[in-house]
Amino acid sequence: MTVTTAPAPRNQTPGKPGTPGKKPGKSRTPGEGRMAAMLLSPTLLVLALVIVYPLISAIHQSLFRAESGLDADGFVTEGEAFVGLANYADLFVGESGRRFLNAFGNTTFFTVSTVLLETVLGLCLALAMNRAFRGRSFLRASILVPWAVPTAVSGLLWRWIFQSDGIANTMLGSEILWTAEGTASKLAVIIAEVWKTAPFIGLLVLAGMQIIPEEVYEAAKIDGAGWWRQLGSITLPLVKPTLLVAVLFRMLDALRMFDLPFVLIGPGKESVETLSMLAWDESNQLRYGSASAFAVVLFLYVAVVAIVFVKVLGTDVTGANRLRPVKNRQKRKATRSQKAEATR
Amino acid sequence: MRQRSRTWQTLLTTTALVTAAAVSLTACGGTAQEPKASANAAAAFEGKGPINYVSNRDASGAANKSIEEWNAAHPDEKVTFIELPDSADQQRQQLIQNAQIKSDTFSVLNLDVVWTSEFAANKWIMPLPEDAVPADQMIPATVNAATYRDTLFGAPYYTDGALFYFRSDLLRAAGIAAPPKTWDEMKAACAKILALPETAGMSCYTGQFDKNEALTVNFSEAVASAGGSVVDAEGKPTVNTAEAKKGLNLLVDGFKDGMFPSDAITYLEEQGRRAFQDGKVVFLRNWPFLYASLSATDGSSKVAGKFGITSIPGTDGPGVSTLGGRNLAVSPFTANKATALEFIKFFTSEEQAQKRLSLSSRAPAYASLYEDPAVVAKRPFFPTLLESLNNAQPRPKVVQYGATTKAIQEEAYAAITGEKDTDTALAAMQAKLEEISAK
Repeated sequence: MTVTTAPAPRNQTPGKPGTPGKKPGKSRTPGEGRMAAMLLSPTLLVLALVIVYPLISAIHQSLFRAESGLDADGFVTEGEAFVGLANYADLFVGESGRRFLNAFGNTTFFTVSTVLLETVLGLCLALAMNRAFRGRSFLRASILVPWAVPTAVSGLLWRWIFQSDGIANTMLGSEILWTAEGTASKLAVIIAEVWKTAPFIGLLVLAGMQIIPEEVYEAAKIDGAGWWRQLGSITLPLVKPTLLVAVLFRMLDALRMFDLPFVLIGPGKESVETLSMLAWDESNQLRYGSASAFAVVLFLYVAVVAIVFVKVLGTDVTGANRLRPVKNRQKRKATRSQKAEATR
Repeated sequence: MRQRSRTWQTLLTTTALVTAAAVSLTACGGTAQEPKASANAAAAFEGKGPINYVSNRDASGAANKSIEEWNAAHPDEKVTFIELPDSADQQRQQLIQNAQIKSDTFSVLNLDVVWTSEFAANKWIMPLPEDAVPADQMIPATVNAATYRDTLFGAPYYTDGALFYFRSDLLRAAGIAAPPKTWDEMKAACAKILALPETAGMSCYTGQFDKNEALTVNFSEAVASAGGSVVDAEGKPTVNTAEAKKGLNLLVDGFKDGMFPSDAITYLEEQGRRAFQDGKVVFLRNWPFLYASLSATDGSSKVAGKFGITSIPGTDGPGVSTLGGRNLAVSPFTANKATALEFIKFFTSEEQAQKRLSLSSRAPAYASLYEDPAVVAKRPFFPTLLESLNNAQPRPKVVQYGATTKAIQEEAYAAITGEKDTDTALAAMQAKLEEISAK
């Protein structure tokens, strides 16, 4: 809702031509609310169907457990029993609890490590691409290639690279079993994931860098600021809103990582099993109750991360604060001209 | 004004919620329906008309030929081929989903042999009448794999068994007359062969040991070859035995003694093929489909003309292969069951199996086709494969196959990587399998 109401006051800035009959300050005309609700109703209906319903259905499902047994002739006697929160309680005890905590740890580890590396690498890529040099547009296009490759395909590519007689071992002169259980498999996933998604951050950050006006840098140069100073005082602060959005998207994406470890290392390998893979495995074994419980926990985890990011770090996902940098820039421009005048 | 618009919003939200609730209710209603039709085989096959055949892809086009022939003869009972994704997991999921909503779309199902018990026990496929397949002409193991608790649930379509590939040139160079029949003979042969100067850097043997269905296959074969079994006829686990221990130790010691290449724990069929084809191993356990690429004379294979095949080794004699392949079964939810049964009989008949052989390399279920000179000329591995199949056993026939194979993979993998010793791994496997079979 915030998305749609935000532009409203902007349109009604006093003095804007073309709205003569309206009194400034009054937010809604008669029937406007109803109109808005009607116009929104298809969206709400679609959202309810594709988001709310599956969510409620998953939560509902997670409260049940298939209690199947075999009768004397070997046929399955079916029955779904309401078990309350037992599926959730099982996440912390016994064998299923061990698998859950392992998957939870892996998911968190992959998210933190890959997003951190991607951000650093993406920033470097953006800085490189932002400078004027020959073949810049070619570099920009080619850097997008990993991002354009479907994840499953890149998983296969890296599987070839990482197999025991693959190019990774040949180049390193090592005999690391990348696709077997162990730390090496974690590393393989991180490398492939960073290769694939650093360009995403790079390009988003590049877009953010390109709206920084050139005169800011010119002024900095006049003031005698070096490259590092420019990076720390101009580029990074001004690119921060874009960077935060990019990092948020990547984190949400990384939290539901599934296809890369699945294809690259293989299902059932505990070293790289993520929450999504665990939920898939459970549903594959027709244990829909616990699969839903895993999915709901993953959903809550993702939701918490998103909320924390938006609230604490002030990530501007909706673009509601887009105006602020412009104002700041104008202010800065103003102070600069004042300064210039004062020095004259 | 505000008041009214809020009412509107409430109304809209409520509508949305009610719709959602209604949808969820209908969905629930579907799952909570009453017991399924009783499994009365004879009476149940009624109704004629068009049906759908749901299957994995057949790139050779042989299956389509059979269907075309049927359609030409039965214009009112046409069969439509519905192709499922290549991944077996996805095929199984789609088939199960269709069965769970009792959809009548899928009539004749093409099932992997390991799914037979699960589908039969859940009544997702119908028991077939005795005369549905000419069981006496088929390889016994294939009929066994289509049977659940002494009732036939599927008609064997094609089958698969393990072959033991060996380097005939190296055997000759080391002066060994016949390929090894047991693991001990293989070890002795390797000792001689690997002493030759031209075999520097080679390993003795490999199978497939990555944590995958292939590991279940290799583990089951090792246990069965040592005289043990993973589960008994009732599906009760029996891996905590001396025989099973002996079987698993074959693999564990293979890694410990350096008889297998150390990276074999990442091997699937393809990696094993490359290792053998590039001359890294002397012996290889694999499926028959390798035969063509290994004998390729275009330079891609270093071992063309230098290898032979036989049955996999055991502890005291030839080993026991597991069984691959597919069965056809009838869904109880389809309207035209009589047509479905007739189509299965037609499709899995010896005549059609023979016709398909000209296009497809899939091994038929009929023993007589393996001895046909015209067929053997084209597929020289058929006599050996028949030998392997005659001695084959299905993988564990259990209802919860997915959980079972996962437990086997986990513990067997822990044992061969040295994370657990054989006794601990097998005890843990037994406990897990008992828990699964109790469900």
